[in-house]
Amino acid sequence: MNTNQLMTLAVNKNGFIFDPENGVSYTVNETGLFILQKMQDGLQNGEIISALCSEFDVEKDQARSDYEHFLAMLKALSLVED
Amino acid sequence: MTKLNLSHLDITVAVSGLKTGDNPQPGVPVIRSLRSAGFKGKIVGLVYDAMESGIYLEGLADEVYQMPYPSTGAESFLTRLDYILSRTKVHVVIPTLDSEIPLYIRLEKELMQRGIKTFLPTEEQFNLRDKIKLAQFFPPKGIDIPKTHLLQSADDIYKLRDELDFPVIIKGRLYEAYKALNLFEAQKYFYELQAKWGLPIIMQEIIPGDEFNVVIVGDGKGHCLGMVPQRKLVITDKGKGFGGVVVKNPGLESYATKVIEALSWRGPCELEIIKSEDGVFYLIEINPRFPAWVRLAEGSGQNQPAATVLLAMGETLHSLPPFKPGTLFIRHAEDIISDISLLGDISVNGELVR
Amino acid sequence: MKKIYTAPYIERNSAGNLNKYAHTTVVRHQDNIDTVPIKTLVEAHGSPLFVFSERNIRRTYRRLQDTIRIHYPLAEITWSYKTNYLGAICNIFHQEGAAAEVVSGMEYDMARRKGIPGERIYFNGPSKRPADLERAISEGAFIHIDHLEELYLIEKLADELSLKPKVALRLNMDTGISPLWTRFGFNYENGEAYRAVQRLISGGKLHLVGLHTHIGTFILDPNAYFWAATKLLAFAQTIKDNFGIIMEYIDLGGGFASSNTLIDQYTPGELASPSFEQYAEAIGNAFNASYYVKEHHPRLILETGRVLVDEAGYLISSVIGKKNLPTGERAVILDAGVNINITAWWYKQRLMPTKPFPGSYQNTVFYGPLCMNIDVIRSAMPFPDLYYGDTVLISPVGAYNVTQWMQFIEYRPNVCLISETGNIELIREREDITDITNREFIPEHLRQI
Repeated sequence: MNTNQLMTLAVNKNGFIFDPENGVSYTVNETGLFILQKMQDGLQNGEIISALCSEFDVEKDQARSDYEHFLAMLKALSLVED
Repeated sequence: MTKLNLSHLDITVAVSGLKTGDNPQPGVPVIRSLRSAGFKGKIVGLVYDAMESGIYLEGLADEVYQMPYPSTGAESFLTRLDYILSRTKVHVVIPTLDSEIPLYIRLEKELMQRGIKTFLPTEEQFNLRDKIKLAQFFPPKGIDIPKTHLLQSADDIYKLRDELDFPVIIKGRLYEAYKALNLFEAQKYFYELQAKWGLPIIMQEIIPGDEFNVVIVGDGKGHCLGMVPQRKLVITDKGKGFGGVVVKNPGLESYATKVIEALSWRGPCELEIIKSEDGVFYLIEINPRFPAWVRLAEGSGQNQPAATVLLAMGETLHSLPPFKPGTLFIRHAEDIISDISLLGDISVNGELVR
Repeated sequence: MKKIYTAPYIERNSAGNLNKYAHTTVVRHQDNIDTVPIKTLVEAHGSPLFVFSERNIRRTYRRLQDTIRIHYPLAEITWSYKTNYLGAICNIFHQEGAAAEVVSGMEYDMARRKGIPGERIYFNGPSKRPADLERAISEGAFIHIDHLEELYLIEKLADELSLKPKVALRLNMDTGISPLWTRFGFNYENGEAYRAVQRLISGGKLHLVGLHTHIGTFILDPNAYFWAATKLLAFAQTIKDNFGIIMEYIDLGGGFASSNTLIDQYTPGELASPSFEQYAEAIGNAFNASYYVKEHHPRLILETGRVLVDEAGYLISSVIGKKNLPTGERAVILDAGVNINITAWWYKQRLMPTKPFPGSYQNTVFYGPLCMNIDVIRSAMPFPDLYYGDTVLISPVGAYNVTQWMQFIEYRPNVCLISETGNIELIREREDITDITNREFIPEHLRQI
């Protein structure tokens, strides 16, 4: 997974995200922000899902399926590539 | 009668509609008029979109809150309002957008319970000026209206083709109007407006002549507390007046007075009137709020937004000072320099407290 | 203590979609109907499930009747069967004293079967068949004549039965609203209605006792009723002046709007729809200004079904799945679609979560279970993230759905009523395969496959 684009994003702690390369901005919710920060820290998929489960009150299966959903959104926005 | 002075008022006034630009809303000029009457209290801006430019003007609104769109209903509006009231008091609201006026009228009691006052028309007055009602209510009262058809489908235009004289004006129920040069264009605008503002769509004949706009505050008993008529001098390609001059035209004034009398209008409004080439006045529409050019009223001697705050607070005003004909406005757009983080704050938090 | 979880979500900002108020404060939930938990209802009767509130129906009926009677005491509200003809629902209205308003032989049968006598039935509609009319005439129902063919037919049957039927004339007219309904009855403005009265009276076979109009549906302008009443009363005066006949009643039909919001309407229904008081005042003003009314005290009849039952009806539906649409909206698939909730095509209905959801909301479209692109229950609205099995509450759905629902792709679900004492009563059972196949015949040569 190529996360180069993701690394350039300016992520504010409120969940407002600014892409200084092309001027686009995004809004994420709290869990979305958590995942983005972990991705920027270089964590792998499995580690991120585990981190989600220890930070938030969620079952692993649900976290995994939601994480996959979220990755699909990021791909659709061209923030990560396969 | 001296100039209105609001410097004694230690209250919070909320104003909606802070977008300026090519299709400006009246909130920013209303706030400026209040400030120029010496108002020193807090101004709260109520916005729908984080891109409304007035949010970014330093020194305009002290606090800004995002509101749910009126189409989402009373419950979400009141829920949001209660949240705002947990952060700041609000004593008076001046709503400035057509789509939100019915909400503020219906919720008058709920607003009063929360200590918020308004100065608005009754529901009946509001409904009589609905674009789809104008042609019924006014002509029997001696007030002419251009020939109007209410359209339920684009096919209606085709059925009427023999009695139509193109170009015609195609209007949405709440907002927007387009000049259609032929049947094809008329149907195209029909679909555009239907998608945005629903049915019916209004089709009106065009009366060639001079167009005048009048800003008025009615007392609710049939009198105008203030009235400033202008003629547009600069019209953008969207049909917006970006410049105009105050006129003194007794015929126009008595016609406008007759309209307000017929409705017993309470609160601010803008009349759009055409004087045809043979000298007959036609009422085009009545907007149930201040127009974006309301600073011209203040500039010509009648601070109507300031008057509205006083009236909402229950003060008695008899009439505003006479206006000065020849007062001119030219709209000037300017770029505000800010930082993307401000957009981030307002769009994520839905509020901005300076 | 772990943080509350919501599914991760990202959205691209652009001018026009930057209204994020919904994230925190707007969408509320409703976890019960008349204090009965939604969970209990679903456990008892499954999902999807229609639920009606008896308390709401009775209160609404009484409130409307009282409000109208303040303005005109001789007012009566009949129950319009086509709005909802479930037996339990009709009987609530009949217990409250409502007569039956029917528009077909089928509905007539329903009312009779419930024990409503003919003289408590108002027979409307444009397609009364000879057998229906024969029965209605014999049983003394009020028959509202829609067109001349019907007039001739009723006269012929009157002869055959040696009876003088009680009839009213249906009129259509301009009441200042758009669209203008001209398909029911005889036109007032062009003199057609007057000629029909002339013809009816010269026949001498029918007893003209009333005037009726059905000006439209979901009428948002109460003044339309002022004009309808004014015109009908003026017409009654003309009939009296020219023929010496007095009308027993003036029937203003139905059409009051519920709090639903039309698909094509920007202002939400709760703000746009007139109150009972506004309708009553408009009608009262016309009646109280009429000399005819002062002299003859006609009864005022209303047949306004939607406003009486729409808000008493709820549809509980469960989430079957969800997906992200290319538009950035989320799509939720529900187990109830337009097959049973047909008014979703007319209204932006209210959809509510049935439990509190913390955290963020996303624009969500709600689809039904049909394999059809048109099966949309609600266009995008901000909604919390739902999971398989979560329920949502759709309302108001009390009017027209349990009559117009389709036998299409899915079985029609259970319908239950919450009684005034809080009991959950099943009032229509979920269909099974026998409901679909019982009336079918398979020819001999098609039986082997």
